Amino acid sequence: MNDIPAPIGMLAELTHRCPLSCPYCSNPVELDARQGELSTAEWLRVFDEAKALGVLQVHLSGGEPGLRRDLEEIVARCAEHGIYTNLITSGVQIDEARLARLGDAGLDHVQLSIQDVEIGPADEVAGMKGAHLRKMAFARHVREQGFPLTVNLVVHRGNIARLGRAIDLAAEMGAKRLEVAHVQYYGWAFVNRASLMPEWPQVEEALKVTAEAQARLKGRMVIDSVTPDYYARRPKACMGGWGSRALNVTPAGKVLPCHAAETIPGLEFWTVRDHSLADIWANAPAFNAFRGTDWIEEPCSSCEIKASCRGGCRCQALAIAGRAEAADPACEKSAYHEVLRDMAREDAVQRGHPYRYRTMKTPTRDPEPVG
Amino acid sequence: MSGEAPPLSPAVVPRLPRGVRFSRDEARGRFVLLAPERILEPDEIAVEILRRIDGEATLGEIVDQLARDFAAPREEVAADVEEFLRGLNEKGMIEL
Repeated sequence: MNDIPAPIGMLAELTHRCPLSCPYCSNPVELDARQGELSTAEWLRVFDEAKALGVLQVHLSGGEPGLRRDLEEIVARCAEHGIYTNLITSGVQIDEARLARLGDAGLDHVQLSIQDVEIGPADEVAGMKGAHLRKMAFARHVREQGFPLTVNLVVHRGNIARLGRAIDLAAEMGAKRLEVAHVQYYGWAFVNRASLMPEWPQVEEALKVTAEAQARLKGRMVIDSVTPDYYARRPKACMGGWGSRALNVTPAGKVLPCHAAETIPGLEFWTVRDHSLADIWANAPAFNAFRGTDWIEEPCSSCEIKASCRGGCRCQALAIAGRAEAADPACEKSAYHEVLRDMAREDAVQRGHPYRYRTMKTPTRDPEPVG
Repeated sequence: MSGEAPPLSPAVVPRLPRGVRFSRDEARGRFVLLAPERILEPDEIAVEILRRIDGEATLGEIVDQLARDFAAPREEVAADVEEFLRGLNEKGMIEL
């Protein structure tokens, strides 16, 4: 197994705790509690092992990574190893002084999420009053201290009509890069499909607005747009290929091929508490389950693009087609493509479903009777 | 190629902006350009250009060095370097 190319990127979910509770959060519906989180010493060892394995970039994420008091120490250790550090933050937790300390520790780049261009709906989706204005202040500190800034905007039915204005806001904030991320329906977003799914004309308009802004802002701000899967014709290669370029470490130390992989039943994940990162990358059953293209079935095995899309997303195949080995239903060659489209059409016209906010407790259907 | 945009002044000092690092990837025996959410693998010529960008050398000096070190016609080198730098500048990976 020594010929497996080493990963170049690592998503480190330092904690699942977060002051925000966005209903499209990409964290799993069952969140890791604080008591189970890796200790400082354990995380530092993970970054030492990541360096030895060949990881070049780490994405320090969460939850809100600023809730870890050892964030400076973690950044400093990565910097010592020459690993590029990207802080993925809500911006409501880290103040000016702490940001400066992170800069002193060697932080390379900041990615800040915004929810909307308007304060009301932005705070409503974040589930936190005052969040939007705190984010704007944080963005100013990021720019004043000279960090490059990426803004991430998750696009859904509730904000898609204001996408053009949100793009302009990101440019005004001084972002050098903007991610226009149409919701990917896993985890919390899958639970909230009926309140998040946009209608097709809205998506078409959003794609047009994005393309126009890309041309207009060329040289000033790069806009990377993630196509909405439910309206796509071809799937995206998950993580650049399962077990091929990147890995994800959860707050409790479980190592995943992608952040949603735990939704697939029967996969065996190993943790950094029991194994080294190198051992996990090469030998953990979950990483080898869909590595390469040998496992690929029809219609993908005879398809000319399988080397680039690699069958698409396993989690989406499971969620829609019922089997993780199936073709990603985002592909029009999938037998379940119409099922996916129908789901999107049905969800898009649903009204009156309140957001089910991300919470540390697993959502229950009904309260248990008491007494 | 340079018909549309005015040529760069030889006095320009190209710089890697904060958040972009040119570094050695020991595990794979190559050089990489690390940037926000991106990793570029520069080819041999690009590596020679990038290793001369130190925040002090001017474009003219970099071109002189390359023309001398590789015994290549200066005009050709200048055109290649300029095209390369403009490309990276458009992606926000070089300041000019």
